[in-house]
Amino acid sequence: MFGLDKRDTTLFLFVVAITLLAPFLLNPFPTESALAQFNAGYPDLMQRFVIFGIFAIGFNILFGLTGYLSFGHAAFLGVGSYAAVWMFKLLSFNIIPAIALSIIVAGVFSLAIGYVCLRRSGIYFSILTLAFAQMSFAMAYSVLSNPSFNLTNGETGLQVYASDPQYLKGDGPDLTHLFGLEMNATKTLELGAWEFQFNTGFYVCAVFMIFAFYIAMRIFRSPFGLMLRAIKTNQTRLNYTGINSRPYTLAAFVISGMYAGLAGGLLAATDPLAGAERMQWTASGEVVLMTILGGAGTLLGPILGAAFIKYFENIFSKINDTVLHSWFSFMPESIDNFLVAIIHPFVGKGWHLTLGLMFMLIVIFLPGGLVDGGQRIWNRITGRSRTQNEPVADPKPAE
Amino acid sequence: MGILEIKDINKRFGGLQALGDVNLSIEEGTVHAIIGPNGAGKSTLLNVLVGKLEPDTGSVTFEGKSILGLKPHQINQLGISRVFQTPEIFSTLSVFENVMIACFAKRDGAFQLNPLTSMGGEKDIHEKVEQMLLDVNMADKRNEIAASMSRGDKRRLEMAMCLAQDPKLLLLDEPTAGMARADTNNTIELLKEIEEKRGITMVIIEHDMHVVFSLANKITVLAQGTPIVEDVPSKIKGNPKVQEAYLGGAHE
Repeated sequence: MFGLDKRDTTLFLFVVAITLLAPFLLNPFPTESALAQFNAGYPDLMQRFVIFGIFAIGFNILFGLTGYLSFGHAAFLGVGSYAAVWMFKLLSFNIIPAIALSIIVAGVFSLAIGYVCLRRSGIYFSILTLAFAQMSFAMAYSVLSNPSFNLTNGETGLQVYASDPQYLKGDGPDLTHLFGLEMNATKTLELGAWEFQFNTGFYVCAVFMIFAFYIAMRIFRSPFGLMLRAIKTNQTRLNYTGINSRPYTLAAFVISGMYAGLAGGLLAATDPLAGAERMQWTASGEVVLMTILGGAGTLLGPILGAAFIKYFENIFSKINDTVLHSWFSFMPESIDNFLVAIIHPFVGKGWHLTLGLMFMLIVIFLPGGLVDGGQRIWNRITGRSRTQNEPVADPKPAE
Repeated sequence: MGILEIKDINKRFGGLQALGDVNLSIEEGTVHAIIGPNGAGKSTLLNVLVGKLEPDTGSVTFEGKSILGLKPHQINQLGISRVFQTPEIFSTLSVFENVMIACFAKRDGAFQLNPLTSMGGEKDIHEKVEQMLLDVNMADKRNEIAASMSRGDKRRLEMAMCLAQDPKLLLLDEPTAGMARADTNNTIELLKEIEEKRGITMVIIEHDMHVVFSLANKITVLAQGTPIVEDVPSKIKGNPKVQEAYLGGAHE
């Protein structure tokens, strides 16, 4: 179906089902229960899951297939956001032109940066992309925001003001919308003790993610994708087999840049704001973490990794001492205080510590990421030996 | 005039004259071996031929066209394939995919943007790969990961990838280096078969005299960067110049 073989069709339909049913799956605990804070089924977080899923899927096309580790992909995300907000400012709050422009601008931007950076490989490539991303960040933060030419609005961030022209707005809504469907509209369904939220913005982003996943799948299964994997394995042989690897890596770079632009555009579509911090190196590092955590070079890995990190970022960071005390309040006070003191550094503001530990454990024990872990569990259940499977993608950068 | 003409090639590395006034003509349809003691410049010569090194002076023409200054992939697209000393294959991919890449390179050229084409639909490529694997007796290993195979099988696979491109000239850099005797004999058989069936012109750089004398119909002996003798195999063994080059004149 859709040009996919049977196994891929199953995987694709699985992803579609999981994504569309996310409001149910992410809210397993009743609203009033003590565990409700582990529910992730609220619009803001679900939107982040799918948007960063798109970002990571795109990044994986470059890193997972060719092995070129870019440390500057957040620049394309940021550029996409700025482009989208400018469309809101100039045309209207309709998200379609905004997203179209963010993909195009990110594509052109990544073509220019990729053309320069791909002259080197390995660590030099990574450093070059990092340098470009930090330059873009600095430009957005200060250089491109002066009174005579204010493209980015500096540290305040670019946003839509009532005085903006919005030439095509007419009587359209004052919030981002898809041909009248407001992005932040949420319908709530109450089922017994449970409450499920269905948000337009989430579903719009989810459709984009499903489409992005489908395209990535086709790329993985195409001769083009095969060449990208060959680049990662042995560039020397590829060159002596008559293939010019440069345009392949550049195409992969631009495609993944456009994915990042789409993610940036969607971020702006759910919340019409664009700030320079989206381009910072920490944001670039985050997508690297997502991809490796989930499983670089696998189809499902980046989505899992993105959801995993965003879940921790939003759920663990919300647990504060009051919450902890409420968990252990049944114990004597001294033990309660002791336990809270131990757990305290790992939650709330310290969630990075938990994430770091998780990352270390996964990289050491599951070099193929979460997907590798899932496969091992599956093989144990079905009793199949690991050797029959494809080898785990090796996350080392290209030579 | 030969298919590959090498004229007045000189190459210096600092104070070392790696190649000095090399003139060589490779005739179409021959198996031409280049032998010589260590440091004679065999590998340097090969690297010049494939575009990895640029000579200081001289010219290399393939079918009348100069190939100097071309990149390795451009030289390959002209019809020159190279087999490496240590088999260079795509070790994380399956045998089938390895050969497939070579077939795509032959059909689609150096770059083809087709991210949405399904590999499953490439019937002609699949057929060709199957045929190549049968030709080198690897059909049963089609789904194996290349890295897990023996040295001899890796060499076989590399050969299959080169042959899949129907090259006009095959350059072999010590194709049996580091191989067990059985693998060496297998490789010789394979190369003989290729020569008989396809008549591909080959240039072999080799240490192993057994290999050279079983395959070559012309031999050039290189010593200190210069060809000293070029002749048919039967006359090479008795040539005093050759003995001197190999044994340093101590032989009397």
